[in-house]
This record gives sequence, C-alpha cells and structure tokens, in this order.
Amino acid sequence: MSDYLVQFNNISKFFGKVIALKDVTMKLRKGEIMCLLGDNGAGKSTLIKTLAGVHKPDEGEIIVEDKKIIFDSPKDALDIGIATVYQDLALVSLMSVTRNFFMGREPMKGPPFFKTFDIEKANKIAAERMGQIGIDVRDPSQAVGTMSGGERQCLAISRAIYFGAKVLILDEPTSALGVHQASVVLKYIVKAASQGLAVILITHNVHHAYPVGNSFTVLNRGKSLGTYEKKDITREKLLSMMAGGEELNKLEVELEEMNRLSSQ
Amino acid sequence: MKFHWAFFLIFLYMSTKSKSINIKTDINQDERLKKVSKLKLLLNRPELGALGGAILVFIFFGIVAGDTGMFSAYGMLNFLDVSANLGIIAIAAAMLMIGGEFDLSIGSMIGFAGICIAIPAIYWGWPLWMSIVFAFSMAVLVGYFNGILVVKTGLPSFIVTLAMLFILRGATLALTRLITGRTQVPGLRVLIENDPIAWIFATDTFKWLFTWLGSMKLIDLRTDGTPLATGIPPSVIWFIFLAIITTWILMKTRYGNWIFASGGDKNGANNVGVPVGRVKISLFIGTAVAATIFATIQVLDAGSADTMRGTLKELEAIAAAVVGGCLLTGGYGSAIGAAFGAIIFGTVSMGIFYTDVDTDWFKVFLGAMMLIAVIFNNYIRRKVTESK
Repeated sequence: MSDYLVQFNNISKFFGKVIALKDVTMKLRKGEIMCLLGDNGAGKSTLIKTLAGVHKPDEGEIIVEDKKIIFDSPKDALDIGIATVYQDLALVSLMSVTRNFFMGREPMKGPPFFKTFDIEKANKIAAERMGQIGIDVRDPSQAVGTMSGGERQCLAISRAIYFGAKVLILDEPTSALGVHQASVVLKYIVKAASQGLAVILITHNVHHAYPVGNSFTVLNRGKSLGTYEKKDITREKLLSMMAGGEELNKLEVELEEMNRLSSQ
Repeated sequence: MKFHWAFFLIFLYMSTKSKSINIKTDINQDERLKKVSKLKLLLNRPELGALGGAILVFIFFGIVAGDTGMFSAYGMLNFLDVSANLGIIAIAAAMLMIGGEFDLSIGSMIGFAGICIAIPAIYWGWPLWMSIVFAFSMAVLVGYFNGILVVKTGLPSFIVTLAMLFILRGATLALTRLITGRTQVPGLRVLIENDPIAWIFATDTFKWLFTWLGSMKLIDLRTDGTPLATGIPPSVIWFIFLAIITTWILMKTRYGNWIFASGGDKNGANNVGVPVGRVKISLFIGTAVAATIFATIQVLDAGSADTMRGTLKELEAIAAAVVGGCLLTGGYGSAIGAAFGAIIFGTVSMGIFYTDVDTDWFKVFLGAMMLIAVIFNNYIRRKVTESK
C-alpha cells in the first residue's frame, strides 16, 4: 500500500504525429496540493483532459488508491472521485445558486413517480456549504450572475467536493480574477486540501501557485521538467523553468551582446 | 376624450398599487442581508411584465368598452377562448425557448395535424378516436425529428424548423389535394358524438353553472330562455391545465431544472451530467403535441380541417412567450408568463371589436407590445446577471 491517493505514471498522449504528452508522471497524497505549471501550449489542457477521462492515455497508467483504473468517459473519472472544475465552471449565470449547485443531481422528495425537486433542502445545503467557505450567499435563490468571479469559482469547487470528489483538478481557477478574489479562491483551495482532498492546481501564474503548493510539476512542450517539493525549489527557479524562462535568459544575453557590439 | 381619462386612471391605479406593495418584509435574520421588498422580489420574476400588461389591458378595456358587452359572460368566454387557443401553443413555445431553442413549424404542424385527423376519419373510414391518436403520433414523430436534427447537427433550430415549416405546410397541401382533390375536409361534426376520445377536445364544461346563472337571470339569455354562454370551452380548460402543469414542471421538478440548464448553458449542463439532448428533443415533441391539441380543438369545433389552418401561429406563439418574459437566448422565462402573454393578445384581438378603433391596428399593437417586451426583458436580464 503506497501512501499515494492517486498516481499518474508515464502518461503519454499522441494526436496523429503530434506528441501532446510524453512520459508525464505525477503522484499525489491526501491533503496535498500539486501545482501544474506551464506556459500556453505546454500540454496542460491535454493532461487535464486525460486525467479527467476525456482522452484516453496512449501510454502509461492511472492508479487510484492502489487500483489501476481505465477511464472510458468523464463520468467514470467522476464516479471514482476525480472531479474537474474547468475554466467555464459549468455554471449557468441566469440560474439561482441552488439550482446551479444541484444541476443534474437534484435532491428529490415525495413518493415514487411523483418525486419533486426538494428546493427547501437544496437551498439549505447550498447556503450551508457556501457559508462554510465564508461566502455569505445573501439568498440562495439569487442568480449566479450576481456573484463575483471568485465566488463562482468557489461555488463550482464546493459543488465538486459536496458530490464526493477525492481528487480535485482545477483548471486555471485564478486566471480571470483580481488579486483579492484570487486570494479568496486560493485560501479555499488550501482549506479543501486540509480536509483530505488531493488537489491538482493548473496555472501559469507562479505567484498564485507558489504560496499554496506542496509540490510543483513543470510542463514544457508536452514533457514534464520534473516534480519538485516546495523546499527544493525557489519561486524564481520555477519562473525561469516555465517556457520562456530559459529562452528569455538567452535573449537577454544576446541583446547584451548586440548592445556591446553596437556601442563599439 | 375618454381615452385621456383612461390613461390617467391607469396611471393613478398603478402608482397607488406599487406603493401598497412596497412594504418592507423580514425574510431573513441575517443583518447583512439587504432588506428586499416584495416588489423587488416580484420584479425578479420573468412573468411580471406580462402580468402587468394583462392587468393594464383589462383596465383599459374595462374603461373603454366596459358597457359594450365585452365583459358579459358571453363576451368574456369569447376572448378567453381566443387567448386560450393561443396560450396552448405559447406555453409549449415558451418551454422550448427556455430550453434554448425555437420551433417555427408550430403553425404548419397545426395544419398538418388537422388533416391527419380529418382524412383518415372522412376518407378512410377510421373511427374519430383513432384519427386523433394518429395525429398525436405524427406530432411526436415530427417533434422528435425536429429535435434530433437540431441536437445531432448542432444547427440553429431557427433554420431547421423553418425548413420544417415549409415541408409540413407543403406536404399538408399536396397530400390533401392528392387524396381529396380539395384543400378543406368538412364533415367531422357528425362523428364527434359517442366518440370515446373526441369529448376531451370538444366539450363545453360547467354547463350546469351557466344554466343556473341563466335561470337566475344573472347572464344574458337567448329569446328561447337558454343562456347565451353555454359553458367553458375546452380550449380554456386545456389552457389552464397546461399552464399549471408546465409551471409545476419548471419550478418543482428535476426535469424543470434541466430545461433551464440546457437553455442557459448547454456545455455546462452537459458537463455536470444533464442529458441536454434528451431534454431538447422532449421539448420539441412538446411544441408539436401542443400544436396538435390546438388543431384537434379547432377542427372538432369547426367540424372541418383546413390545410391553411395555423398559418403564422408560430410567430404569435413566440411573441406571446417573449411578452411573457422568455429570453430569445434561452435559460430564462416562465410558462405562466407566456399564458399571460397569450391573454394579452387574445383580449386585445377580440376587445378591439368593442371599441371604435379599426381592427387593422391590432397587428401594430402586437408588434409594439413585443418590442417593449424585448427591451424590458433585456433590461431584466442585465439586472439578474450583473455582478454586485
């Protein structure tokens, strides 16, 4: 029995001749936040979709609680407890907080064949759950459109946890948010992890990732540049490892060279 | 001159009304909760505009045509019948619009359903009930076909059902002429009696009430002593029944939540496990079946089927749904709002006969009403979705 909740071993994914992912390995313990960093085009989206069951990996294996798992659909991943919160959040802004929270999984009451949507219960749970994360839903029947971006993100995460997520994959949860909103969301992510969830946080913002992450995996052009524990790496090193970091250094050297030549 | 008075009175009425509703209420103990007045809660409901409009229309005609017999039992049943007929299809159109799609083939489906009842019954010797069942089966097929086409191709339903509008109307005309040599099929009235199903679409109800009212001389009588209004027409019963059932579905069932979700954001809904395709297909079946209910009631009432029946009805249904608060983009609206929208149109289209205004102006009113509604809805949508 390994102490990992979930392991993604040597995952590769090819689209025709294109190698989208090659030998990516990630291991997560309970309560751990792993940040997946990478610039645009690094293969983050493909990796998420592979972890979430949208794509089948061409090589490698996914092991959840020591069992090898093959996902045929996102639903399989969800059933096993791997929940993904995509950037669009799967929220309908015209619908109420409650109706969004239970969208597709409405609590029912009443006798068979005459079951109705138990709005009272749903309102209570939604308000309670949002309250736990410090979001005061003034009225759970208010439209999600009236909430701030951070609140929506928290709602989507809270919903995934309520419906039994063990591993939470968050796709750029802070990218569209201001500084304050982002910190609210990050705080919530830490809190969720402290309750025993494993979190994969995908981002290209090192400043958001570094304070909350326990370990960091850097992805560049479909390959993992390695996974580092927080104590083994600095924020600056992470920054320069992400695509562009090395290249920008090279560019800087070249520019200096050009300046030196032209001033001669 | 009396028109000015009417508007002044309406203004006066509305201003007192809004004051009396605007009472602060304690709904929640949370001290950070901004006190929300009942009026404001009401403003967040999609059907508010239509309800207000309906009240205004009644006040208007009450003043302008109050003494003309429009509001006698007979007059009221008259405009309620027209409203109810439109309401039956408007409610189904509203459900589909909330689900994020349009059905422009409703009007053609009415004509098609009409001859699906009349031709088998008159020319093939089927019992009437069997023709009615046949028409409803065809409606399910047409609705399913519309739905599956929209869902599978991802094309806008506007285009798919526009094609169906032409196909169905053309097929109705061509088939009817081929089989009967004409474009109308009369002779159904004699078949209604003793039919096990037809009464559902062809019986006036609460006759005893009207007989009693007549005997008490509370309503107008014919010269032979029977009341002028004999009972509530079947359209009104169907209308009320459908309005209640669809409102219940939208507010209280899982399927209702799925309708809002499918129309609001179909990708999001799909991602959390809502069967968006199935929901949409069922709503398309709903509009086709509603068109067939409309057709059955009218065909049995008139005793004949006309290939052109229902022309342009799809647009009236959509107009009523829009006035009832449905957004053209889906995900928002109400069935009861569409019912009020239908009542507005039905009342004005009949009421205009009781005034000095030329009936040509009805279409102007219809268009203007719809424009106002769209602008109003757009404003409401912004209010509902704006961040605080």
